[in-house]
Amino acid sequence: MQPVATTFFFYFLSGLTVIAGVLVITRRNPVHSALALILALLGQAGLYLMLYAPFVAGVQIILYAGGIMVLFLFVIMLVNIEKSQKEEQFNKQWVVGILAAVALGVLFVLVYTKGKSLFPDRVAQLPEQSNTQQIAVMLYGNYMFTFEIASLLLLVAIIGAVVMAKKRI
Amino acid sequence: MVEYIKSYLGSSTTPGQAGNVFWASVYILLIFLGLSVAVIAMNWLERKILAHMQVRLGPMRVGPHGLLQPIADAIKLLIKEDIMPSQADGFVFWVAPIVVVITAFTVFIVVPFGPTHAVTDMNIGVLFMLGVSSLSVLGIVMAGWASNSHYPLMGALRSSAQMVSYEIAMGLAVVSAVLMTSLNATGTGTLSMIGIVQSQQAQQVWFAFKFFPLGLIAFFVFAVAMVAETNRAPFDLPEAESELTAGFHTEYSGFRWSLFFLAEYSAMIAVSSIAVTLWLGGWLRPFPHLLSGSTWDLVFSVLPGATFLLLGLMAFVGVFRMPKHPYFRVQTIGLAGFGVILGLIGLLLLPRLLSLCTCTSGIAGPSRAIASISL
Repeated sequence: MQPVATTFFFYFLSGLTVIAGVLVITRRNPVHSALALILALLGQAGLYLMLYAPFVAGVQIILYAGGIMVLFLFVIMLVNIEKSQKEEQFNKQWVVGILAAVALGVLFVLVYTKGKSLFPDRVAQLPEQSNTQQIAVMLYGNYMFTFEIASLLLLVAIIGAVVMAKKRI
Repeated sequence: MVEYIKSYLGSSTTPGQAGNVFWASVYILLIFLGLSVAVIAMNWLERKILAHMQVRLGPMRVGPHGLLQPIADAIKLLIKEDIMPSQADGFVFWVAPIVVVITAFTVFIVVPFGPTHAVTDMNIGVLFMLGVSSLSVLGIVMAGWASNSHYPLMGALRSSAQMVSYEIAMGLAVVSAVLMTSLNATGTGTLSMIGIVQSQQAQQVWFAFKFFPLGLIAFFVFAVAMVAETNRAPFDLPEAESELTAGFHTEYSGFRWSLFFLAEYSAMIAVSSIAVTLWLGGWLRPFPHLLSGSTWDLVFSVLPGATFLLLGLMAFVGVFRMPKHPYFRVQTIGLAGFGVILGLIGLLLLPRLLSLCTCTSGIAGPSRAIASISL
């Protein structure tokens, strides 16, 4: 299927993601921040879809928006919100903040002006219909070792969480 | 204009895949109408069946045997006063029912009603369905929190804990069905809903009966997780009437409440349709070697596949289980979710993974041996 209104959707999704990202740090209420973060993650999933990576988009929705963020909300709701709302929201670190922002801005400008040679000049044609199968072949073929190391890391994290959370095992 | 529509009518491929926007919109309208009617019918059936189980008559006044009762209720809900608690979080309170309804309806764009009868055929169909239905938890959590009251908050917390934990069992059951699609001649699996049904056709068996008891157990696990996901009895702790009045939607009234109601029933139909597609062969007819011939062809062409029949059956099972069991305690639900069901699924996945490994490496012997063991 030919893509429809690509430019519109790209700017719409990017704008949504950026605005939601700004809302995450400016909202006083932590629940509102979490909801804005969910919106940002969904916008990101849409951008993945536009890059012809439907599997990544689906996993993004299931894991981040549906799983992790629900647990986030779960914890935030049990915290006393009135108390957290009185706390200071921003650290007064203007000098460091401005320096970091300028550095990032310079980096963006450099990448935009000189980066043409760094990136391939056209989009790689991805097989949209077999995206999932390609990812499986990559994960369990070329990157098997890395994949196994990541799963070991996750196992360690799970065991660590249980050991720390439970007083008597 | 007429030519434009006609150019679409000729196409025989899946509407979404061929970029057939016209048919896609027709299907969206049909699904929307059909779902609304189905929700009304389920509401009426549930009340009648429950009433008869308890030796009552149920709704009798509006229309013959109370058939028009749901419509009367809908009108009543529409013109009822809309109350928002004064201390509620306005925006979140307003957006929560919308989120729940949108997720419940969006799931249906990948449900296949026939080989070409779907809004779209996504490469990641099953993942999409699981993802979107997992977003409905968000709406429930938002509703419970925004009401700024104790009962809804407790209901929302219970509901989200239950749904998140049963999503794991559900996902693993779905994985076992997706693994079975890769036992085709080509050796590559698929996540597309139409592809899953087509691989059941190619393997000449519904996945519920593949590897005889194992497929059935996976189907059973999915069915249990499905009831838990939709918060139906005996998993209706989130809205346990005796403790939490009505759970997460206690503070909702009028039209907003009716949106929750609509979403709950259409979510039931949605998960039933996943179950039918993955294990009960989607639109494929049952017992093709027995029920063949021109008469049965006619019957099954009138009913577009067995999908609707089975959907109805599964939804009915979801309804009538309600009065038969008292609900579980929270601890029991947690234990059942993680211990028993994950253990069962682990047992299920092991032989299938083994047979898969041997299949893809080209050794047919051991895989057949394992298949016969699991038979």
